[in-house]
Amino acid sequence: MYNKGTIITGLVIFVVLFTSPFVLGLVTSGPPPEPELTAKAKQAKQCVEVKEFMVESHMQLLDDWRNEAVREGKRTYVATDGKPYTVSLQNTCMECHSNKSKFCDQCHNYAGVDPYCWQCHIAPKEKS
Amino acid sequence: MGVWVSFFAVIVLIVIPWVGAQGAGQYLFGIVIPYVAVLVFILGFVYRATKWAKTPVPFKIPTTGGQMKSLPWIKSNPLDNPSNNAGVIARMALEVLAFRSLFRNSKLELREGPKLDYASNKWLWIAALAFHYTFLVVFIRHFRLFMEPVPGFVGLLESVDGFMEVGLPRLMMSSLILLLAALYLFLRRVAVPQLRYISLAADYFPLFLIIGLVSSGILMRYFIRVDITSVKELIMGLVSFRPTVPEGIGVIFFIHLFLLSVLIAYFPFSKLMHAGGVFFSPTRNLPNDNRVKRHINPWNYPVKVHTYSEYEDDFREKMKEVGLPVEKE
Repeated sequence: MYNKGTIITGLVIFVVLFTSPFVLGLVTSGPPPEPELTAKAKQAKQCVEVKEFMVESHMQLLDDWRNEAVREGKRTYVATDGKPYTVSLQNTCMECHSNKSKFCDQCHNYAGVDPYCWQCHIAPKEKS
Repeated sequence: MGVWVSFFAVIVLIVIPWVGAQGAGQYLFGIVIPYVAVLVFILGFVYRATKWAKTPVPFKIPTTGGQMKSLPWIKSNPLDNPSNNAGVIARMALEVLAFRSLFRNSKLELREGPKLDYASNKWLWIAALAFHYTFLVVFIRHFRLFMEPVPGFVGLLESVDGFMEVGLPRLMMSSLILLLAALYLFLRRVAVPQLRYISLAADYFPLFLIIGLVSSGILMRYFIRVDITSVKELIMGLVSFRPTVPEGIGVIFFIHLFLLSVLIAYFPFSKLMHAGGVFFSPTRNLPNDNRVKRHINPWNYPVKVHTYSEYEDDFREKMKEVGLPVEKE
């Protein structure tokens, strides 16, 4: 092998960098988050749409809500099951999910998501 | 031909997890294949690099694009024709970070006259830069799924990348540029006859694979949504060696993961290895100090020499007899 020193150093740096998430994962990884439902949310049984849809696509629903409400003034959303909802983050969503830090933030922090809802909306004050 | 073979190969690679990632198959596509792929990638990379390192370089290659350092009144080009290691490092850094040799790409045309015409052609350089740097950004952004807690620079990068705030989840400019650049790199191979002539399946396959990978990622982020928390749970399971497959992850994720696994397992044995190979380029990594330091060919055979003075010692008497002049009496 020629230029042993340089090449082995380079390879070691490459392997260490590439495997660093595995090493860090062993040290730091915790259990996945469990967003907490408030009593009111539990009682309602179902959110605006079914759970799977809400988990995967709530942000797109919120985006549609925002665009329809702000640009077209459409303030009522009719869910797939025919139930009407008032289009409002603060008054409809946060009414049940009033525990932002125990509900929204749980997964958002875990997945490194920084939603810009709260640039315009006022985050609800939580009773601890 | 190569283009169709590669295209259908990637289609098959998409169909395999589509059909297979159901029930117990999710353990195969979510755990076994990614682990094997990472292992193949690391070992293959080290294997290829050491194999290259074992190849001797018989002589320094001074044919680089610049005046070498010689007499003080001749202006030398320390960057293109460095005479020391610092210059080599600068030249290599520019090559790796700014793709300098692609920047020099020129277009040759035969015009009426007949007249040969050379023109600068920067499209390949621009597309390659866009492609590699956005790929890097996309790679770094994915660290939000590999690390817990998410490191701060990932959030910073995302806020810059999603600066336009188009849609929700925010459109990341890098994803779009990456896809367009990969498409351009593919289209230039089919659109330019000369390039098409020299393109092989080994050129098309990685491009289709990456286009497939990026498309599946974009689809997963913006269109066919999956539960990102479960996805992170799966990946954190992989990186902490406590693998789990959470319920209810959509099949698009397994397609994305399988294409990635194929890409990294294929990486060390393909042209993609230029990532490591660029450091082994003799015209980039050797200083042009041929006349300052003697470069000994590493495979030099110890040649038995018989000098003239030894020859004269052997035959002195006979030489004198026939009247040949000798140097030593």
